[in-house]
Amino acid sequence: MLKKGWDSPQMVMGKHNYVSRGVIYGLLAIFAVVYLVPLAVMMLTSFKPLSEVYSGNILALPRAWTLEPWFKAWGEACVGLDCSGVKGFFWNSTRMVVSAVAISTFLGALNGYVLTKWRFKGDNILFGLVLFGCFIPFQIVLIPMATFLGKIGLAQSITGLVFVHVVYGLCFTTLYFRNFYMAFPDELVKAAMIDGARFFRIFLRILLPCSGAIITVTVIWQFTNIWNDFLFGASFTTGSTAPITVALNNIVNTSTGVREYNVQMAAAVITALPTLLVYVIGGRYFVRGMMAGSVKG
Amino acid sequence: MHITHRTAHASTQGTVDESHLDDKRRSSLRNRFERVLPKLVLSPTLITTMIFVYGFIVWTTFLSFTRSRAFANLHWAGLLQYGRVWEHPRWHVAVVNLGIYASLYVVLCMAIGLGLAILLDQRIRAEGGLRAIFLYPMAISFIVTGTAWKWILNPGLGLSKLFHDWGWTSFRFDWIIDSRMAIYTVVIAAVWQASGFVMAMFLAGLRGIDQDMVKAASIDGARMPAVYRRIIIPQLRPAFISAFVILVHLAVKSYELVVALTGAGPGYSTELPSTFMYSFTFTRNELGMGAASAVMMLCTVAAIMVPYLYSELRPRSGSGSH
Amino acid sequence: MAALHISNVRKAYGATEILKDINIDVTDGDFLVLVGPSGCGKSTLLSLIAGLDTISGGEIRIDNDRVNDLHPSERDIAMVFQSYALYPNMTVGQNISFGLEMRKVPKADREKSVADAAKLLQIEHLMKRRPGQLSGGQRQRVAMGRALVRDPKIFLFDEPLSNLDAKLRVDMRTEIKKLHQRLGATIVYVTHDQIEAMTLATRIAVMKGGVIQQFGTPAEIYSTPANTFVATFMGSPSMNLIPATLSARNDTLVLTMGEGSAAISLDLPAQPAAVARYVGKKVIAGLRPEAIGVESARVPGAVREVAVKVLVMEPTGPDTLAALEMGGVEVAARLGADMPHSPGEHCTLQVDLSKLVLFDAQTEERIA
Repeated sequence: MLKKGWDSPQMVMGKHNYVSRGVIYGLLAIFAVVYLVPLAVMMLTSFKPLSEVYSGNILALPRAWTLEPWFKAWGEACVGLDCSGVKGFFWNSTRMVVSAVAISTFLGALNGYVLTKWRFKGDNILFGLVLFGCFIPFQIVLIPMATFLGKIGLAQSITGLVFVHVVYGLCFTTLYFRNFYMAFPDELVKAAMIDGARFFRIFLRILLPCSGAIITVTVIWQFTNIWNDFLFGASFTTGSTAPITVALNNIVNTSTGVREYNVQMAAAVITALPTLLVYVIGGRYFVRGMMAGSVKG
Repeated sequence: MHITHRTAHASTQGTVDESHLDDKRRSSLRNRFERVLPKLVLSPTLITTMIFVYGFIVWTTFLSFTRSRAFANLHWAGLLQYGRVWEHPRWHVAVVNLGIYASLYVVLCMAIGLGLAILLDQRIRAEGGLRAIFLYPMAISFIVTGTAWKWILNPGLGLSKLFHDWGWTSFRFDWIIDSRMAIYTVVIAAVWQASGFVMAMFLAGLRGIDQDMVKAASIDGARMPAVYRRIIIPQLRPAFISAFVILVHLAVKSYELVVALTGAGPGYSTELPSTFMYSFTFTRNELGMGAASAVMMLCTVAAIMVPYLYSELRPRSGSGSH
Repeated sequence: MAALHISNVRKAYGATEILKDINIDVTDGDFLVLVGPSGCGKSTLLSLIAGLDTISGGEIRIDNDRVNDLHPSERDIAMVFQSYALYPNMTVGQNISFGLEMRKVPKADREKSVADAAKLLQIEHLMKRRPGQLSGGQRQRVAMGRALVRDPKIFLFDEPLSNLDAKLRVDMRTEIKKLHQRLGATIVYVTHDQIEAMTLATRIAVMKGGVIQQFGTPAEIYSTPANTFVATFMGSPSMNLIPATLSARNDTLVLTMGEGSAAISLDLPAQPAAVARYVGKKVIAGLRPEAIGVESARVPGAVREVAVKVLVMEPTGPDTLAALEMGGVEVAARLGADMPHSPGEHCTLQVDLSKLVLFDAQTEERIA
């Protein structure tokens, strides 16, 4: 993101000396450490045997590195009454995320296509109506949605959760694709029409193949948000159909006997791993997603 | 040029004319269908939005005006539930907490975000890596954040123990179990999570500033702090506004972080409207009160979002990227 | 190849009328150029012919088939866009064959047609490249190839040369003209460049404000412009418009050009009857720069001598553009390359009055 030939105001003004550079780097280093501490603490604690957790401190390196907490977190930790670890919930989250991301992304793409290349009177108002849905606090829909899911027999199910995430994810995906396709030349659509392509052909043969960047951004954004969600998961599932975030919370907040902090941390890292991985690999798209959702136009 | 696919377009009489007419009819049907198609494609999203966003908002609002307790009870109750909510001591705590939390959250995130952005803007060598470090908290779930910080702020085994082991034996940090200070622990964790995001926004804004303006200021004799204060920061207004809107929105929605970090405790000292709503709806079987609290949350968010969205979406005079 | 009939066509967006009562008839094999300043409606008219926009009133017929309600793909037209509009995700070959693919032409026929078009446009070596890897001129050719391969009834061009640099523009212009001569295709071509219009067209429609100012051959448009707008729009440097008055002396009409005491009076050669009605009235005299400073006139007896003062001399290589003061007003003249005049000099030049065009001072329309 560093522009070629970009000069900081300091350099532009010629006030560029070693002391000020030192201060800047120093401050940044301190902040960087502070930001990394929580991740470090989680990792360190998860590799310690319980005795060390209680005897040492949070930044102490493990003297006896062990993977025991990880195995326990994965296969034995107690979530409610079920003590088989988070693996089941990990798969719940995976299944939920894959379907929800795929569906909401595809529908968002179609919506963006229609809103930019097949304009009609009032389409901006409709877009505004859809967009507003991104900004509501979801507490406002919890009660009716719980009733609704119950009535159609999807209560406490992963399918129900997928449905909820698709419905409330559509506003974001539509926003992203609509902004992206706005910049897509209209003349390409016209040329395709003259060539004989109609509505879906134009979408599938011309627009979609050129949409790699925005699909990546959208998928990353949706994946992160849906995987990390807790509110919907806690409200609409219980027991074995819950996503991993709900399971994690259960593990941490149910106190029975000695707290196994190392297992809790291992479970936390397992929960964070997929989105962290996505972030590390697709970081630049992640940033674009955040900016696109927040900055206008 | 020899094009082999071209069939004769000669309009001959008889059967050719009839099939020509059939073609025309078919094509006009197809054209009419295609005119409807865009709206058809948009309709599922539109219908789900109308039902599951606006319809549900209406339903919850309606519920808030009824006598519902454990089950929906459609008897009109006027402002009864709102009254019950406002009389409840937990709600008072929740509202006060929201005020403290939201203000600190917004101010600290903006200050730290702006500071980090300005620092990173100075052509730092490890900029990419540093940016990645400041931003990664946004990638993890609020539950994980809460869990991690809960452990770090553990009164006996967390920070306190760390500093004891390092020699500072009188250090105490038990805010998380102190009912007066617990809300500030939520602020700490929340700021850690979101300030990187604000930094990214400001950084993008800073990168968009015209260097020539800074050069002109320097020729005019301005010094660094003044250049930042009078020229650069005022240009970041759009970023400030966007950041403010998003932060307030996140603050009102904050539920998962509180649940993981403090469980709204100790007692209910870190209660927020969002936790209030959830517990009264799902645990205490007070649908009406839950609905009322949700409606009030919506109004708070709407008060900020609606003017912002309106100003962003209406057609602009001059530069319009819409 | 087909004829195109545009009858009483109107286009309005809400309350704004973009096109008002357009009537154009083009025969098979014509090269029609729609030319005019920005906002005159020429691109809109092209969109209506293509079917990319709906007509508010009137009718468009291609070969006697009414096409008003037909989808663009059903009108048997092909279009070359200003930005070329090549599909970025396809190779050149796929770009060109896309239209045939949509029409379910068998693969073998498709490949043959594409190869023929590529040969004609000399882009055979580019077939496997993507548009992003091509230069502007190459993209232009691919866009034309995509249109050619469809063998449509009418080719539509929307300012195809605007994005090219000057030299390339001239080369491509010649290419397009050669193609037209070779294929005998019916072409509708939109441009704001009057040189392109003059060199390429068999018929020109000069447009302004949604109205056709004049429709005719390039020669007609150039030498007998219908009004002062057409007169100044076509031709560069523009036709000189000099305020004048007509009077009569015995049987001769006298034109007094210019302003004030410096006005020049010239005896006019024989004029059409309409001119006589303007005796005693104000007119606008139109003289093209090449009509001032001539060596001889093609119509004998039409040359007059005028006294001028030279203001500026601009040698262009093949000739010299001069700004002169004639009759108290400033005019542009196109002189020979080796005219030995200098700024400030008073001299006498010959004016060819057979090329004179007279306009009504109020309506600005041509009298003769």
